[in-house]
Amino acid sequence: MRTRILALGAAAMFVAACGNTTAATSSSPAPLSGSASVFAAASLTAAFNALGASFRSTNPGATLTFNFAGTPTLVTQIEQGAPADVFASADTTNMDKLKGDGFTAGDPKVFARNKLEIVVAPGNPKGINSLADLAKPGVIYISEGPTVPAGKYSLQALRMAGVKVTPKSLETDVKSVVTKIELGEADAGIVYATDVTAAGSKVQGVAIPDADNVIATYPIVAVKASKNMAVANAFITYVRSTEGQTKLQSFGFLSAS
Amino acid sequence: MRLTLGPLELDMSFAIEEGEVVALLGPNGAGKTTLLRAVAGLVPFRSGHVRLDGKVLEDTATREYVPTERRPIGFVFQDYLLFPHLNVLDNVAFGLRARGVARKAAVEMASEWLDRVGLKSYAGAKPAELSGGQRQRVALARALAPDPRLLLLDEPLAALDVTTRAEVRRDLKHHLDSFEGVRLLVTHDPLEAMALADRLIVMERGRLVQTGSAAEVTERPRSQYVADLVGVNLLRGEADHGSVRLADGHVVAAAGAESGGVFAVVHPRAIALYRARPEGSPRNVWPGRASSIELLDNRVRVRIAGEVPLVAEVTPAALKELNLVEGGQVWLSFKSTDVGVYPA
Amino acid sequence: MRRERAPIVIVVLAAIGAAFFILPLVGLVVRSPWPDAITELTAPETVEALKLSLVASLSATAIGLLLGVPLAWLYARVQFPGRDLLRAMTTLPMVLPPVVGGIALLLAFGRRGLIGAWLDSTFGITLPFTTTGVVMAETFVAMPFLILTVEAGLRSMDRRYEEAARALGANRWRVFTRVTLPLIRPSLFAGAVLCWARALGEFGATITFAGNFPGVTQTTPLAVYLLLETNPEASFILSLVLLLVSLVVLVGLKDRWLGSA
Repeated sequence: MRTRILALGAAAMFVAACGNTTAATSSSPAPLSGSASVFAAASLTAAFNALGASFRSTNPGATLTFNFAGTPTLVTQIEQGAPADVFASADTTNMDKLKGDGFTAGDPKVFARNKLEIVVAPGNPKGINSLADLAKPGVIYISEGPTVPAGKYSLQALRMAGVKVTPKSLETDVKSVVTKIELGEADAGIVYATDVTAAGSKVQGVAIPDADNVIATYPIVAVKASKNMAVANAFITYVRSTEGQTKLQSFGFLSAS
Repeated sequence: MRLTLGPLELDMSFAIEEGEVVALLGPNGAGKTTLLRAVAGLVPFRSGHVRLDGKVLEDTATREYVPTERRPIGFVFQDYLLFPHLNVLDNVAFGLRARGVARKAAVEMASEWLDRVGLKSYAGAKPAELSGGQRQRVALARALAPDPRLLLLDEPLAALDVTTRAEVRRDLKHHLDSFEGVRLLVTHDPLEAMALADRLIVMERGRLVQTGSAAEVTERPRSQYVADLVGVNLLRGEADHGSVRLADGHVVAAAGAESGGVFAVVHPRAIALYRARPEGSPRNVWPGRASSIELLDNRVRVRIAGEVPLVAEVTPAALKELNLVEGGQVWLSFKSTDVGVYPA
Repeated sequence: MRRERAPIVIVVLAAIGAAFFILPLVGLVVRSPWPDAITELTAPETVEALKLSLVASLSATAIGLLLGVPLAWLYARVQFPGRDLLRAMTTLPMVLPPVVGGIALLLAFGRRGLIGAWLDSTFGITLPFTTTGVVMAETFVAMPFLILTVEAGLRSMDRRYEEAARALGANRWRVFTRVTLPLIRPSLFAGAVLCWARALGEFGATITFAGNFPGVTQTTPLAVYLLLETNPEASFILSLVLLLVSLVVLVGLKDRWLGSA
């Protein structure tokens, strides 16, 4: 008698599990599980943390950990064997390097774009209103290093606008630049619009006219050595989905195309 | 050239006259080195004063204090303390350079001093390369080179082995004699004190016990320490016309004892020993027990325990005749005229 | 006379310990692109980084001596209230993570810092992003080594030599310069070398407080870190340079560490 109830119980559970598809976004029928590591450019910190949180709420079995740093640093880490499942780059150059060195799985897809913006202290005490103002005497301008996408783009923008200014320091990523502006150690830097938004009231942004601006393209890809392709691909799909895109744009990113 | 030292924690007070070499003599721990360092200004006083040539070096009453480096002193330390990183010549010249003498002149004067102590050829050597006796001479030259008014020597021969000591003592005496300032040395070796000094100040447990020339001190010791050094029996008591009453009540017949507190000295040689009670003229006769028998050179020292503990000295032959062994019963006697008496 | 044989357990454990240190160093030597070494080392950015490191670390050592020896002397010779606390505070950088040191420096000497704000408003002087800032960061982390070593030397020297000097008429300054310092020369030397080596390798405080710019604030350790991303071979070579320098220093100081024969 007992075995039959047991068997009936087991069947009931099996049916329930099969029928329980997750609601909103996941296209995969089976629930995701396991953990995955996302290596993302520093400028994606706030946005990806939010995306990660909502991904987790719809995929309770999956754990995402994030590693944010300057894009070139991430490339080096991955190539030296750091365990990454997803890589989100702030430019195509770094992505091409990773792909060319054979560390990617599948084709990288652009999922967002970003614009540059000048960041200054709240109240703009040094009165910086354009790229040319960065070269004003008494202004301490700092930049990201030339291999960091934001740094590369800054140089591009300055060159196009015909502004000659030497940064006082070459930081390793956009976040460091923002921090030094927040602390009051430097007067101005060029970061992404999303970074200015993310820092809230601690900083103030000065727009760069589109004519002088550089659009940064963010591609995302699964890492070849990933131990959890399912979760990796699921996250990438989520990022590129309508919901993901809406979230990214709420942080100030431009749409992927 | 007078040096007066008022009382300090050690409770000493004395003055050194012109032309005197004074030795502070006393057992280890008496505070001699501390006193010397206090005179040099290296140790603070609780109360007292030091005056040199009429000038105050330190006076706790008026709170005057001349720091060590401004006192016109020369100090020869027990371990010499020659600067290991300087050669012998620079060591000797140090005091001169410190007092502002130009390099060339200082080197010349230092050279002269090295010559005087017979170490001219060692000018370039490092102290570690010298023997103990040589280092002592360098230390002396170093202390004398700046022409101090007061020379302080802390156990100047103690660090030397016995054979070197005699020779160095002679040298030291010669240099001390030719020095014109006040000379104060500290030692626990009575031989050293008597050989080098004109006057002895005996110090025991921080207190001045006796002062006088070597002769005075040895003939009339005023402390057990000195008595032991000299090798005589010292008694203390009240004199009463021909006898001295000791603290424990015993009476010693002493010709020349008048009245008042006195010391009584009996030389061990003056004490005769018998197996049985002797009959005869000596007034001081009493029994005792030979607590220790010590053979020294050609004499024997017998310590007698008894009513009045004394040390007697006899010849080895006499000892043999007496058939005396340690622990044996014995009688002693000495004449009242053999007792030296002087005021306490 | 039988030579004592080491117990096998100790030998095995010690071998593992040795391997732990030797393997990374061997790896660095083996993987460095020796043929390119000369070109990498003479590249302008590398030369600038090396030059800057040399200048900054020597300056830090000089300041360390100037300020550290008096501190060590105070700790060793003078009793004053709060001495132990002060000594702990000036030794703290030895155990603090260097980045924390950098942050602390910013809060004191940065543009909005306690002193930095005053410097900026009164003289227009800002210290971050300058070579001076680099020297400050390096001094901050390296001076404690010098202070500790010199203090130990002062405590262990025979102070009677100072008394002898005073008795010969030397005033306190002369005693200090002609007697005390020569007598503690081994400690002074060891302390200075340790200070210099630590300053040379400083990274965290430098990048946080002074920033990173070639020729101004990009010291060799910073250059190594950044080159790792763009030109790993060059960073290997540069790492090797730093490693060899440190090795020479440590071997040279062996007697000081273990007590000379």
